[in-house]
Amino acid sequence: MDFYNFTSLTHSIHEGLAKSFSPFIATTIEWVLVGLAYLTFVALFGLFLVYAERKVCAAFQQRLGPMRVGKWGLLQTIADFIKLLMKELIMPRKADWFLYNLAPFIVIIASFLAIAVLPFAPGLQSLDFDIGVFYLTAVSSVGVIGVLLAGWSSNNKYSLIGAMRSGAQILSYELSVSLSLMTMVVFAGTMQFSAIVEGQRDAWFIFSGHIPAIIAFVVFLIAGTAETNRGPFDLAEAESELVAGFHTEYSGIKFALFFLSEYINLFIVSAVAATVFLGGWMPLHFGNFESFNHVMDFIPPVIWFFMKVLGVMFIIMWFKWTFPRLRVDQILTLEWKYLLPINLINILLMALVVLTKFHF
Amino acid sequence: MSEIREVIINNDRLATDEYLVNMGPQHPSTHGVLRLLVRLEGEKVLNIQPHSGYIHSGIEKMCEAITYPQIIHLTDRMDYLSAHMNNEAVALCVEKALQVEVPDRVKYIRTIMDELARLASHQLWWCVFGMDLGALTTFFYGLRDRELILDIFEETCGARMTVSYNTPGGLMFDIHPNFQKRVKDFIKYFRTKLPEYDKLLSGNVILRERTEGIGHLSLNDAIAFGVTGPSGRASGFSCDVRKNQPYSAYPFVKFNEILDFRCDTLARYEVRIKEMYESLNIIEQLIDNIPEGDYAVKMKGVLKLPEGEFYQRVESARGEFGVFIISDGKKNPYRVKFRSPGFSNLFALNKMTKGHKIADLVAIMSTLDLIIPDIDR
Repeated sequence: MDFYNFTSLTHSIHEGLAKSFSPFIATTIEWVLVGLAYLTFVALFGLFLVYAERKVCAAFQQRLGPMRVGKWGLLQTIADFIKLLMKELIMPRKADWFLYNLAPFIVIIASFLAIAVLPFAPGLQSLDFDIGVFYLTAVSSVGVIGVLLAGWSSNNKYSLIGAMRSGAQILSYELSVSLSLMTMVVFAGTMQFSAIVEGQRDAWFIFSGHIPAIIAFVVFLIAGTAETNRGPFDLAEAESELVAGFHTEYSGIKFALFFLSEYINLFIVSAVAATVFLGGWMPLHFGNFESFNHVMDFIPPVIWFFMKVLGVMFIIMWFKWTFPRLRVDQILTLEWKYLLPINLINILLMALVVLTKFHF
Repeated sequence: MSEIREVIINNDRLATDEYLVNMGPQHPSTHGVLRLLVRLEGEKVLNIQPHSGYIHSGIEKMCEAITYPQIIHLTDRMDYLSAHMNNEAVALCVEKALQVEVPDRVKYIRTIMDELARLASHQLWWCVFGMDLGALTTFFYGLRDRELILDIFEETCGARMTVSYNTPGGLMFDIHPNFQKRVKDFIKYFRTKLPEYDKLLSGNVILRERTEGIGHLSLNDAIAFGVTGPSGRASGFSCDVRKNQPYSAYPFVKFNEILDFRCDTLARYEVRIKEMYESLNIIEQLIDNIPEGDYAVKMKGVLKLPEGEFYQRVESARGEFGVFIISDGKKNPYRVKFRSPGFSNLFALNKMTKGHKIADLVAIMSTLDLIIPDIDR
C-alpha cells in the first residue's frame, strides 16, 4: 500500500521548494502548482465526461454517438470545445453588464472550491479540514447564487423562470444532501474526509452501516442528482419548456463555463458518494479473505477512486437518459414531503445503530 | 416588523405581477412556428392566446388555380405526417363528384397505407411527447421504428413523407412486389417493439404523475371546440370517421374505436398507444387479402367536376380532415376549403391549460399533436 502513497511525493516537493525559496514564495508557488493541477484535471476530466456522457447516452438510445472526429470520436469534445472558445460572445442589450459577466465565474468557482476537499488517493488531497463535510456542503451551495444571477441579469423571462426554479430546487435539496451526509458523519464520528476514508479500511460504510447507510446512499443519489441540475431534475434548463433556462442568453466561453461546471458538479456528487459511502480510494476488502484482500491492494487507490466515481456517474447518467422530467411542484413535494422526513428518521436510526453498536 | 409588512403589502412594485411570455415562434416545444402568447403568474398559466399564420402558405387559394390531380400534391404539405390521408380525402372527393367507383384493390391499398401513415405519425408523436416531458431516449426508439414504415413508403411510391400516392380514380402506381412481405415483417417486428414503448414511458411513475388529471377537456367542451381524433376520443367523443362514415376498405374490416372517458393528458396518451395496436390489427386483416385488379380507373386527361358543392372527410392521424370543393364546372375548382383537425384542436388548448403549470402546458400541447402547417395551411 505504501508504494501508492502520495504523501512522500508531495512532501519532497514541499521540502525542495522550502529549501530554495523563502517560505512566502514557496507557499505561493505551491498554490499556483496546485491550482494549475486542478485546472488541468478539471479541463481534461470535463472533456472526458462530456465524451463519456455522449457515449453512454448513445448506448441508451441505440446509436453510436460521436464517431467521426478521431478514433471512435475521441477528439469530438475537443473540437467542440475549440468551437465554443472561438464563438462570439453575445450579450443582450439590456442585460445587467456586471452581474451577467460575473455569474459564470461564481458557478465555476463554487465547483472548484468543492473539489479541493476530495481525497483522490492517500496524500492526494489539497485541503484536509476537520470540518471537510461541512465545508463541502457550504461551498457547493454557493453555485446557486451564480445561477440566480445568470437568470436575473440576462433580462430574459425564460432565464428568470429557470433561475427561480433552480433556486427553489437547490435550496431544498441542499437539506437532503447535508442530512444524508450527516447520517454518515454520525456513523463515522468525524467530518474529516481523510478520516472518513480511513474508517472504511475494513468495510465500506455502505456495507458496515447496512440499512441506514443504504437509505442515506439512495437519498444522497437522488438529492445529489437534483443538486447538479441534471435530468430528471433539470427544471432549471428544461429544454422543452424554457429553451435553455438560466443560460439561454450565454454563448461561447461563458456558456462553456456553465457547461463545464455542470460536469464538475456531477463529478463532485459522484466523488462524495464514492468517498462517504463506497470507501473512497480504499480497495474492496472482505473480512477474513486475506489473499483476496491482498490482490485488491495491488490495484492503486487512484484507480479504485475513479472506478467508484465512474460507477456512480453511470447511475446518474442512467437516470437522466431514462426518466421524464418532474414538474416544479412535484420536485418540491418529493423533497419536503418524502426525502426530508425519511432523512430525519434515518439519522435517528443511524444514531440508534451507533449507540447499540449494531453494525459491522 | 408590522411596518415592513405594511410596506410590502401597500407597495405595488413589490406585489407579484402577471407577466406575458411569448412562447414561439421559435421554441423547442411548439414543434414549428406556432406562437403562443402566454399570460403567467409565477409558474401558473392564466391564459393562452395562439397566434398562427407564421407558416401560412395560402394552399387553399393556390388550389383555385390548379387542376384537381395537382391539388393532391399540395395537400401533402399541410399535415405532412398524415400526407396519405390528406391525398385520399381529395381523391375521394373528386371521385365522389365524378361518380367513379374505384376497384377494391385500390381501396385495400389505400386503407393499408392510411394505417401505416397513422402508425408512423403516432410513433413520431410518441417520440416527441417523451421529449417534451424530458425523456430524450424515446425519440430514438420511435424514430427507429418509424424508419421502417418510411422505407416501405419509399419503395412503394418513391417518397418517404410527401407521398402523393393517390390520384383521382386510384393510385399513381401499383404496389411493389415486396410490399406485402415488408409490411408483414414490419407488423411482426413492431408487435415486439410496442410493449417496449410501454416499458420505457407508459408505466413510468413520473409520467403518470405528470399526466394524470392534467389538462381536463370535458366531452361537452370537446364537442364545442370540435376537437376530433385521438384527442377528442380521449374525452369520450365518438368521432372516428372510419367508424361513423366508413370510406375505402374500412367497411370490410373489424376494429374498435378507442374511447376513453378520463379526459386528461394520460387518456390522450393511452388512446394513441392503443390506436397503434388497432392499426396493426387493421393492416393484418387486409394485407393478405388485397384483391387482384387494376390499380386505377382510366380517367379523362382533363378532369372537370360537375357544378356543385362536394365534401369528403377522412380520419387523419390527428382527427377529422375534410375537403370542401365548390366547382363551377371548370377544370379547376371555384373554391376549396380544408377542415384541418389541428386548427380546431389548437383552440381547445386555452381551456385545458388554465390554472396548470408551464410544464403542463408543454405536455398538454404535445398530446394535442399539433402540426403547424396543418393549422396555418
